[in-house]
Amino acid sequence: MTTTTDQSADPLAETTLLRFATAGSVDDGKSTLVGRLLHDSKSVLTDQLEAVEHASRNRGQDTPDLALLTDGLRAEREQGITIDVAYRYFATPRRRFILADTPGHVQYTRNMVTGASTAELAVVLVDARNGVVEQTRRHAAVAALLRVPHVVLAVNKMDLVGYEEPVFAAIAKEFTAYAASLGVPEITAIPISALAGDNVVEPSAHMDWYGGPTVLEHLETVPVSHDLTACPARFPVQYVIRPQSAEHPDYRGYAGQIASGVLRVGESVTVLPSGRTSTIAGIDALGESVDTAWAPQSVTVRLADDVDVSRGDLIAPSGDLPASTQDVEATVCHVADQPLTVGRRVLLKHTTRTVKAIVKDIPSRLTLDDLSQHPAPGQLVANDIGRVVVRTAEPLALDAYADSRRTGSFLLIDPADGTTLSAGMAGASFAEAARAGAAAPAAGDDDAEWDF
Amino acid sequence: MTSVATVPEGTVNPYALSHLDSLESEAVHIFREVAGEFERPVILFSGGKDSIVMLHLALKAFAPAPIPFTLLHVDTGHNFPEVLDYRDRTVAAHGLRLHVASVQEYIDAGTLRERPDGTRNPLQTVPLTEAIQRHRFDAVFGGGRRDEEKARAKERVFSLRDEFSQWDPRRQRPELWQLYNGRHAPGEHVRVFPISNWTELDVWQYIQRERIELPEIYFAHHREVFNRHGMWLTAGDWGGPKDTEPTQTRLVRYRTVGDMSCTGAVDSDATTLDAVITEIAASRLTERGATRADDKMSEAAMEDRKREGYF
Repeated sequence: MTTTTDQSADPLAETTLLRFATAGSVDDGKSTLVGRLLHDSKSVLTDQLEAVEHASRNRGQDTPDLALLTDGLRAEREQGITIDVAYRYFATPRRRFILADTPGHVQYTRNMVTGASTAELAVVLVDARNGVVEQTRRHAAVAALLRVPHVVLAVNKMDLVGYEEPVFAAIAKEFTAYAASLGVPEITAIPISALAGDNVVEPSAHMDWYGGPTVLEHLETVPVSHDLTACPARFPVQYVIRPQSAEHPDYRGYAGQIASGVLRVGESVTVLPSGRTSTIAGIDALGESVDTAWAPQSVTVRLADDVDVSRGDLIAPSGDLPASTQDVEATVCHVADQPLTVGRRVLLKHTTRTVKAIVKDIPSRLTLDDLSQHPAPGQLVANDIGRVVVRTAEPLALDAYADSRRTGSFLLIDPADGTTLSAGMAGASFAEAARAGAAAPAAGDDDAEWDF
Repeated sequence: MTSVATVPEGTVNPYALSHLDSLESEAVHIFREVAGEFERPVILFSGGKDSIVMLHLALKAFAPAPIPFTLLHVDTGHNFPEVLDYRDRTVAAHGLRLHVASVQEYIDAGTLRERPDGTRNPLQTVPLTEAIQRHRFDAVFGGGRRDEEKARAKERVFSLRDEFSQWDPRRQRPELWQLYNGRHAPGEHVRVFPISNWTELDVWQYIQRERIELPEIYFAHHREVFNRHGMWLTAGDWGGPKDTEPTQTRLVRYRTVGDMSCTGAVDSDATTLDAVITEIAASRLTERGATRADDKMSEAAMEDRKREGYF
């Protein structure tokens, strides 16, 4: 257990939290990988295993079906498929993990979008025998679209290709070139056998040529949340705290979770959309007065001046404000069964602000398989990804999603019944952004050695 | 190849939050979203550790102002006296308002019938859903955690319930980023689970860090119990034991707090928070597997109860 015993520290010590998502096609061995991660980190307990063994026996199966551990709904167990995202928890002495276990089936692209929206890392599984297939490209595209900061390519079933390095290297090279062209910032390729346990938790004895981390080791060491604090500060106001008590007659605090960046006492800030300016007089971090706070802390900010601030407003450093706009251009993933059409009236929820909006245009629909744009599709149906132009009734302080996942994202909601229609990402499409940023030599053009 | 990055060992990010701080920040955000968007929210409060942690988080979320929510307890009539005592002390200490929905009253009125097995946990659904309708609560906070049970692993943080309080797992709204969608029609409500992403161990570590007081039954103590279906149940007015079930005094504690008729004690000598945490970290049983009879009724017991409106 090289991954866990090198830290002799108290297993109950404070650790960090990594949220990650898995994606893989139906038979790529995703359940096996998830099962092994859970099992080897002691997250599958005796009574859960017994329940699975019992249920498997009742179905006439000789061996316990580990998929029953993760398929929690009646319908999933009946059909033997995963329908919906499930969240799972496991821990090592180094880190706690929240795993969004997303179904791989084509018709559930929206579920991968759901899982990836909060993930800091995505594991894309590939069957070593099949290499990069259409579904792999779709998963890479969704990870790129959602701006998941780290992507792991897990080349699985290496045992079935003789643990041969050239097989892995070719797949890793093809995937990395493709994902890099989409703008995925960091890709780590790991050859594994989830079934045999190679390089998942334990280093493989069959692949001496691989000197990189195991999947778990990588999950334990990958840096988290750096992207949030490097960005300009954004503080969406959730709720105004005004005790009006004898003890706190004049307290007026703006409660919220810092969406990005760092806030400091004494900093000049502007409240949007009003544009009024003030200075941060104090920051209360859940009962403790602090000088500095950063994303994603939930805090309460007090301002030096009595300006009008309410839920839905955004507090940001006066020198680094987001643009305000009523014309939102965005990429959306349509998640509802009813289609999104041009002219449709919707609600748009952005941070803590919900406004009326109308869909002015749907210029294109993205074909994930080859990333081609289908012009003027007229509508988007469930699981479609497309470009939209939305006009809002009030200005929004909106960042590009490429700059901030938190202040660049929004929902479109059906005003009639509250259905979540679409997941929106403001700004240029990821393909455009990747092209614009592709000034550096294109990855994969040379025969550079893998930096294992 | 530049795109394949290796992670430098020993990198320390000064802005990294500890896992407890991340979970706390997320839960507080959820409480404040509900306060900002709903008219009549209520916190389900049983006096169990999860609802105690929820209450603590809510106190922090709105400090120095009071919590802008009332509390609701569904009293099975078979609750542990220590827990009811804790509940009442807590409510008084924070100046909160508590609604009680009583299973016993429904049984006395003939609206609910006692089950042959004596457990009242499934009977809570009707008083709960009727209290929600009567008080027109539009957001109901529950202490459910996704690590508890496989059907709960599928639960959203904001979970829309229809006018009959029913959960339809196949028609859940996708939940994207931290943009929780709380829109609902009149009569519908939203169940909100701020500690969805916490594990049992997280809850205990947080209780330790924040020095939160708990009912004594969570710590090892001598108690008169009897064995039924492999579980140690507390003898009491609720109807146990039968003549064929001899009682004995054992050193035990509880991992969960629920109806006395179906919540089992575990053998334990853990009298302090440290000892409890050490014990849980080493346990090979989940808290529900160890101590809840109601979840063992069928493979989908929790899913079925949740569909009907259970928390």
